[in-house]
Amino acid sequence: MSSYVIPAFIAIIMIAGLFKKTDVFGEFVSGAKDSLSAAFDILPALIALMTAIGMFKASGALEFISGMIAPLTEFLGFPEECIPLALIRPISGSGALAVFESILSDVSPDSFAGRVASVMIGSTETTFYTVAVYYGITKVKNTRHVIASSLTADITGFVLSALTVRLLLY
Amino acid sequence: MLKWIFAVMLITSVGFGAATGNMDKVCNSALNSCVEAVDLFLYLLGGMCMWGGLMRVAEKAKLTDRLSELFRPFLKHIFKGLDLNGKAFHAVCMNITANLLGLGNAATPLGLEAMRRLEQEERPGDTTSRNMIMFVVLNTASITIIPATAASLRVRHGSAAPMEILPCVLITSACALAAGLISASALDASGRRKKK
Repeated sequence: MSSYVIPAFIAIIMIAGLFKKTDVFGEFVSGAKDSLSAAFDILPALIALMTAIGMFKASGALEFISGMIAPLTEFLGFPEECIPLALIRPISGSGALAVFESILSDVSPDSFAGRVASVMIGSTETTFYTVAVYYGITKVKNTRHVIASSLTADITGFVLSALTVRLLLY
Repeated sequence: MLKWIFAVMLITSVGFGAATGNMDKVCNSALNSCVEAVDLFLYLLGGMCMWGGLMRVAEKAKLTDRLSELFRPFLKHIFKGLDLNGKAFHAVCMNITANLLGLGNAATPLGLEAMRRLEQEERPGDTTSRNMIMFVVLNTASITIIPATAASLRVRHGSAAPMEILPCVLITSACALAAGLISASALDASGRRKKK
């Protein structure tokens, strides 16, 4: 059933495009071109953060920190492998991507931890970055409880990632 | 913030590697991680361009406008006291729709536009308005219908069913969003009471 989602989505867009007499091919190419340049913008950050995370992991420090936090998350049923992802997710999008890639290299994407990590990546955002960019263009200095509420959303997302995977996929 | 995380991670790696005798692994990683980053980037590039292209077609076919109309009734309950025919509310609706479709490139400029309009319409001065908080919380809790990046990386690592996570993603993001909005609304009310 889930394999119908993307093909159906593509077909709907194409039908709507033809219906509205859009140049579907030309628009596709121009949209893809914009994504290409946007993608190149994140490459330098991705290189920096994958180096940092790769070295951190190789030194054994990542395992050490995850091991310290593990007792806290264990009772929530949250997999230890996903702790680094929860730590970096609100701070950096490229960093989260790097950690996600590293998790999937260690465990199968169809394992419990692999599935939870996938749901986490799909359902949470780079909180601090978003807050900084959005308030950055206004004159607002005092953002009140915006960080607290956004982090509430993130933490709820992390806990529920593990819970929904456990309930729906097993 | 990233400046500190980056430096601390690199320095700790070297110190920790020396202490645990993992220095050869750390050295390999220092040389190889950048290659892996480019490899990952190239792998994701195709998917990013494919979705970018597809979503551009959806935008030109007015599918995004239609969807944005669908969200208005829901969004008007979240943004209190905002002119529903004003430019701020329009930008808010367009930004939320772009986010929902995973149009990261389009969502950010629309979001900045929405923040600017909200500031013009509400004149909050130094302290953020309630609607600005609601808007930012809506943006920090990701609401995407198709988790494309997660799915392509799952394919890369040999997943048998890359999209099987979809129901979990939808439920999780909806609940996370609800938690964020409820806490924002509750903290706003308690903040106001304290002021009085």
